[in-house]
Amino acid sequence: MTPFAFTRAAATDEALRLAAAPAARYLGGGTNLVDLMRETVERPATLVDVTALSTAIEPEDGGLRIGAGVRNAALAAHPAVRRDYPVLARALLAGASAQIRNMATVGGNLLQRTRCTYFYDVEGSRCNKRVPGAGCDARDGFNRIHAILGASQACVATHPSDMAVALAALDATVHCTTAQGTRTLPLVDLHRLPGDHPEIETVLEPGELITHVTLPALPDGTRSTYRKVRDRASYAFALVSVGAALRVEDGRIADVRLALGGVAHRPWRATQAEAALRGLPATRASFEAAAAAELAAAVPLRDNGFKIELARRTITAVLAELSGVDA
Amino acid sequence: MSILEDAKQAVKGAAQAALQSAVQMAPDSWMPGGRPDPLIRERHGYTGRPVSRVDGAVKVRGVAPYAAEFPLDRMTYAALVFSTVAKGRIATLDTAAAEAAPGVVLVMTHRNAPRMQPMPLFMTSEKACGGNDLPIMQDDRIYWNGEPVALVLAETQAQADHAASLIRVAYVAEASVTDFGEAKAHGTEPGQFMGQPLRYDSGDAEAALAAAPHRVDARYTTPRHSHNAIELHAVTVAWQGETLRVHDASQMVAHMAWSLGHVFGLAEDQVHVTSPFVGGGFGGKGLWQHQVLAAAAAKLAGRPVRLMLSREGVYRIVGGRTVTEQRVAIGAQADGGFDALVHTGTVAMSHHNVLPEPFILPTRSAYASKTMKLDVEVAYLDMVANTFMRAPGEAVGTFALESAIDELAVAMDMDPIELRMRNEPDTDPTTGAPFSSREVEKAYRDGAARFGWAQRGTPGSRREGEWLIGTGVATATYPYYRMPGGAARITLTRHGHVTVDIAAHDMGMGTATAQSQVIADRLGVSMEQVTFRYGDSSLPGTVMAGGSQQTAAIGAAVVAAHRALVTELLKLAGNDSPLAGLDGDAVGGRDGGLARLDDPARHESYASILARAQRDTVVVEASAPMPLETMHWSMHSHGAMFCEVRVNAVTGEVRVSRFLGSFDCGRILNPKTAASQFRGGIIMGLGLALMEETQYDERSGRIMNPSLAEYHVPVHMDVPAIEVMWTDVPDPHTPMGARGVGEIGITGVGAAVANAVFNATGKRIRDLPITLDKLL
Repeated sequence: MTPFAFTRAAATDEALRLAAAPAARYLGGGTNLVDLMRETVERPATLVDVTALSTAIEPEDGGLRIGAGVRNAALAAHPAVRRDYPVLARALLAGASAQIRNMATVGGNLLQRTRCTYFYDVEGSRCNKRVPGAGCDARDGFNRIHAILGASQACVATHPSDMAVALAALDATVHCTTAQGTRTLPLVDLHRLPGDHPEIETVLEPGELITHVTLPALPDGTRSTYRKVRDRASYAFALVSVGAALRVEDGRIADVRLALGGVAHRPWRATQAEAALRGLPATRASFEAAAAAELAAAVPLRDNGFKIELARRTITAVLAELSGVDA
Repeated sequence: MSILEDAKQAVKGAAQAALQSAVQMAPDSWMPGGRPDPLIRERHGYTGRPVSRVDGAVKVRGVAPYAAEFPLDRMTYAALVFSTVAKGRIATLDTAAAEAAPGVVLVMTHRNAPRMQPMPLFMTSEKACGGNDLPIMQDDRIYWNGEPVALVLAETQAQADHAASLIRVAYVAEASVTDFGEAKAHGTEPGQFMGQPLRYDSGDAEAALAAAPHRVDARYTTPRHSHNAIELHAVTVAWQGETLRVHDASQMVAHMAWSLGHVFGLAEDQVHVTSPFVGGGFGGKGLWQHQVLAAAAAKLAGRPVRLMLSREGVYRIVGGRTVTEQRVAIGAQADGGFDALVHTGTVAMSHHNVLPEPFILPTRSAYASKTMKLDVEVAYLDMVANTFMRAPGEAVGTFALESAIDELAVAMDMDPIELRMRNEPDTDPTTGAPFSSREVEKAYRDGAARFGWAQRGTPGSRREGEWLIGTGVATATYPYYRMPGGAARITLTRHGHVTVDIAAHDMGMGTATAQSQVIADRLGVSMEQVTFRYGDSSLPGTVMAGGSQQTAAIGAAVVAAHRALVTELLKLAGNDSPLAGLDGDAVGGRDGGLARLDDPARHESYASILARAQRDTVVVEASAPMPLETMHWSMHSHGAMFCEVRVNAVTGEVRVSRFLGSFDCGRILNPKTAASQFRGGIIMGLGLALMEETQYDERSGRIMNPSLAEYHVPVHMDVPAIEVMWTDVPDPHTPMGARGVGEIGITGVGAAVANAVFNATGKRIRDLPITLDKLL
């Protein structure tokens, strides 16, 4: 680990001021950033601990306002989340371990970085995300956990968050602030696809701080859930995950929100599938066709071709479960 | 290997074979174990009771000191830098920034490391235990991707880690072989294990196979595995003049002292190695480069050194289980009787180690067959030296063998247990030696009844919602070993306190607990009066905690020392004792003294004997006899492993929902610690079956998942309640009637899971681990 200065911000404006220092980074629970610092993937000169800021979960406009400093465990256990947003509670509980969920924050979870093993191997492997222009050893190497959608020549990494997949499905809004003012972003626009610059993972400006996330209310009659498929029963990242909210009226799909995890450089909102589904009868055939529409653009690598079939099956099974169609 | 060495090995092998047949023909009574240990009859003592660990309290309180927990004055902390090419030379090595970093005491590279001999390679002499025999930081050559190229010492661990990250190394890479396919294309060599070829032929197995009315012939593959003991490899070293003091995490302290002495040109008694607590060994805690580098750095710096490998460091420099490709072919008659049993294949190995994963070992004694062909070939790669890992050979060999048995049973529409029982051998199928004790059938019968095997359905016939349910079974097997070198010292005090000293190990298995029980019974004292001292190279004996042989090795050494003690006590007792005139064989320990075995009324207490002789203590030391029993009898433990899995029809996820191991390991000395050994082995076997895989990038020879985040082992939710049971039939030819229990638990598990997956889904997976993508 490279030596660094540690500061703790008591207020948002103080955090912004402290983060203006060279090579400063905000610190949430540290469950990913500190690991990356130990591996010297990250070498910040200053850490600004923002866990004391915005730790509340409050109702707002019929939906929910969630502070960026809220711990994953607290969010998963919150009665309103459990009651109104099962997809989010389940996604959170599918992630990491109890100990990590006790530390990890909402803001930090959104900004966690890929699990690509070549990204982690500072001394021994090439990675465009770590060293722009260096090359990518994952593209023709071990890439069983890598992207099937939206990847580029430069990078085939995936975003590892479960929570972000649920938030993507829930049309969450991210609220950010800089010294110049505040702005809001749809969560699905927060993360970038890798393109030629996989080192730039979000649209946030240097020093910009996520202060909170808001969730709109889900229409009455909407059911939601999260399903994560992985290599062991717990404490593993998703090979494929599906977050979905579905409302069926008179046997037809009135509303659907569908997001995938483990398949792309960002939480993948399945807009093609959603468009294909609206208004259709809630049948297995509809779900399979929608999944196929979404995955038509999928490109397999050496080891991860199975994800296409796995995603197709998991999407279908989740939508079938939510609509009550026999599995 | 040179032609000369080949010849030497051949002579050694031939001599061993000749000795073996001579020993087999010798009368039972001449053999160690020829007369059953009297303790086998003891049914009212501590032996066989579920005594809690004697070291439980200190561990729970966190005061049991492990190798990286010895505070020494002026301690320095070490960090390593690892190579990033598989073969070549160091071109440039820039250590300036590291040397200038805060707190740095020393940067050691090949430019300033002291001159040292390579580690003596494991098994090349009695006490040799080096994982490889390569030069250690002696020149600019690189032999594998991950080899240590620099070491930093600093005042704190954080400073050392930081400074190590500032070292810049550039290499001139040379052509290397890191691709298994390419290595095989370069040609293979016959594997050798413990001086004998890993090959056996009986009749023309291929012809018999071709002629058999029923046959299976399949290829099975298993990946690399890395050692992942929960305690990282660690060492704390200090030079005291010309003496080297080593606090190690070791399963072989006496070997360590001798081998480190060899490296530094010291006599073995100038190296003092202790290892009171070890957080798991599994075959990986021998001598690797980190102990040598720590001692070398301590010498250069003139200060004590603590070196605890990072998890990545363990993957980079400590070998694991190597990759295997196995063919198993079986030809059978309509009644199931085997005409041919073929088990051959290839493993990868580095040029500088001695363990071609001997996957044919279980097949040598498992089944009767009219013909047999066994062979392990070796392909050489430039990679970290592979090594012993829990049941080397058996763990992956039983996956192939016991999967093939299941495939044959399916093909013949026969119950797989029935098929196995029809091929139970009367004598050892390859040596012809009689079995010392073999209760495979009882293990199966008892296990099948408890598991409910009879309720098994046809493949794909049981389903609950998305989950397909199936059951499978496989045989577990592991040999009884007892290595030469066992010796023990017994110190008996006037107050009846017994101290047994032996350079053995407790890595969490419960050695100290079980042996204290046995010693208490053997001497006829309470457990409170027994002190078992171990994990110290200055104690008698050369006893490795490996090969599941410690229980027997310690047992035989204590039997020998006890015999010397009885002789000495009878001498001291003289003619005024109730024991007067009795022979050593006629007496045993009882009620705090000696008594005639068949007339316990003739008894005198230790206190009385020593008082009359005006002695405060009696000290005896003796060595165990050579382990000729293993040549005279075929000695193996077995288990019947029953598994129920649920396979998700949508996602292919496999969850093990029930597991039962029914074992035949002789007498169980402590049901509590033995059950933990069995369960631990089975859990490790579930990892082998379902998830463990070292990602060795064949383009570079780089291990890509050196972390418990990406190298998966089972977590709690992957492990169902595991039932274990045992025959408890004593082996009349081993000390205490016991055979080891440390490794057998992992054997057979891979096949039991794979066979259950087949029963659930109708899909046969022959490539480990059984990940969900293979079941979609």
